[in-house]
Amino acid sequence: MEGGGATEAQKFVWQGAIPLQIHLHESEVTSLPAPPPLMVLAPRIGYLPLLASQLKSHFGGALPPGVDTIWFEYKGLPLKWYVPVGVIFDLLCTEPERPWNLTVHFRGYPANILIPYESEESIKWSFINSLKEAAYIINGNCKNIMKMAQSDQVDLWNSISKCNLEAYIRISSKLKLRIIDDDFTECLISRSSGETDSAGSARTGRVPVRLYVWTVGEDFTDADDAPQVYDWDKVSYVNRPVEYQNKGKYFSLGDAVKLLLPNYFKEKPQIDSETKTEVEDEHTNADEGVSNSSIQTKTTCSFPKARLMFVRVQGIVPKLEVPFSWVVNNLMNPDYFLHLCVCIKVSQ
Amino acid sequence: MCEIHARAQFLVDKWKTVIDSAQSPWSWVPSSSASASHNVVDDEGVQGYLSLENVCLFKPCQKERDPNHIEEEEEVEEEAEEYEDGFTDTAMLVQRHDMTLRHYDLHILYSDSYRVPVLFFRAYFTDGSPLSLGDIEKDLPLSHANESSDSKWTFITLEEHPYLNRPWHKLHPCGTSEWMKLLYLGDSSSTDRNRVGVELYLLIWLSVVGPMVGLKVPIKAAKQLIDRS
Repeated sequence: MEGGGATEAQKFVWQGAIPLQIHLHESEVTSLPAPPPLMVLAPRIGYLPLLASQLKSHFGGALPPGVDTIWFEYKGLPLKWYVPVGVIFDLLCTEPERPWNLTVHFRGYPANILIPYESEESIKWSFINSLKEAAYIINGNCKNIMKMAQSDQVDLWNSISKCNLEAYIRISSKLKLRIIDDDFTECLISRSSGETDSAGSARTGRVPVRLYVWTVGEDFTDADDAPQVYDWDKVSYVNRPVEYQNKGKYFSLGDAVKLLLPNYFKEKPQIDSETKTEVEDEHTNADEGVSNSSIQTKTTCSFPKARLMFVRVQGIVPKLEVPFSWVVNNLMNPDYFLHLCVCIKVSQ
Repeated sequence: MCEIHARAQFLVDKWKTVIDSAQSPWSWVPSSSASASHNVVDDEGVQGYLSLENVCLFKPCQKERDPNHIEEEEEVEEEAEEYEDGFTDTAMLVQRHDMTLRHYDLHILYSDSYRVPVLFFRAYFTDGSPLSLGDIEKDLPLSHANESSDSKWTFITLEEHPYLNRPWHKLHPCGTSEWMKLLYLGDSSSTDRNRVGVELYLLIWLSVVGPMVGLKVPIKAAKQLIDRS
């Protein structure tokens, strides 16, 4: 990404869109006949309310008098506008529903469940806040975001709302948010060209990851058969950076998930871990870092029957052996967060 | 993550020893009781948050000769007049006056991203209806006093409470580590600070953040801490 051009995978992510069939909620239909549903393609990296003008012009004539505040719902579940469309889809859409049927409301905003939505500015600020948090994780401060010129801020937001990857790369490169090098691709390049390892590259760092941990009770074999989420309380939303330490060791997506969900991965106690655990824990906490070894020495597991069903990112269920650096550099969202949907089965 | 738990426990204890039993104390809410699904992400059972609920911070009180309170009452009267200009419904006016009692729920969470404590809060009237951000801004003593100066770390956003999955107000933490460094020698990543220092961290933090929502750290607590260090 820092190299200038977009990678092939990034282009796929930015071109990715969800086919939606949007219905106006029946309680808001005042015209006869009721307006037909609207078919739209919603970009994965976008946000649902960005469709507002399109929806308003289609449904506006049918609405009762009053003030519009747009919100969306899927089978009774109000959708969080501040979560990117692709992530909501990956979390909630039951396969193989195409197009995805959503209901739009312009009245009765559920303010007790969702953060208030006023206008596109709301999404823009939510995005900037997220970017700021990512910048803090990566650089230890958010100066580059705070100091961003007003015009750049506008251009950056426009690049996202209009899905313009070229413009996005041009502006975001000014922010100097260098996460980690894609050592996988680097490796391939150096192998083919005979170059030695580039010196001074970012080898350690914190990677912004947003986990959507969804717990299920039932078993299933295929990710497509996962049961539906009916309640946001079934989904934990966790911002937890991954401490990336590449000490010449291969670090996979699975390794990252292990670091993020230590409780789940406590099933592999090492020898003499009983005695080591207490001492090591104190050390780790003092360091404020979580090292790989300490995870494996933890022995207690409050959920011995928890099992990782799948990790879904940008619509795909990658193998856990995929290099984490590749996943980060190619599949992260424009807010510099890698949004991972994680499904865990917990036996009751 | 364990550290916030330790600091939190320290604060809970200190608060209890110096505050009258009449006032509600801070308590630690482990994540398991907040949301079942958090058990899976819980690390060592120390995930959770500090909670101080149902604090009536801005109760207009005649007995107290606090200038802040007098100001508050004047404000209320002004509001009432404004109301009268627009509406003639006197019943509304009375209700409005009753509603000047504001309740605040304060939660302190640890942010893994910013590596600092973060204050989440919500405010509501006695009837349970939430205060608007405008109402809250009027309530917060420091936020409008600071308006002209550098306010980049005092601004409030509405965000989802990570444990409760509901919109709560959040005091934005991105400048916290900088001003904490000024107050608290040694930066947040140093490993060799002394034990009292670690425990003090949260109280020092609260002494800065608390007043922004009208919460004062009791002088007795502060004194005890100075004695200890």
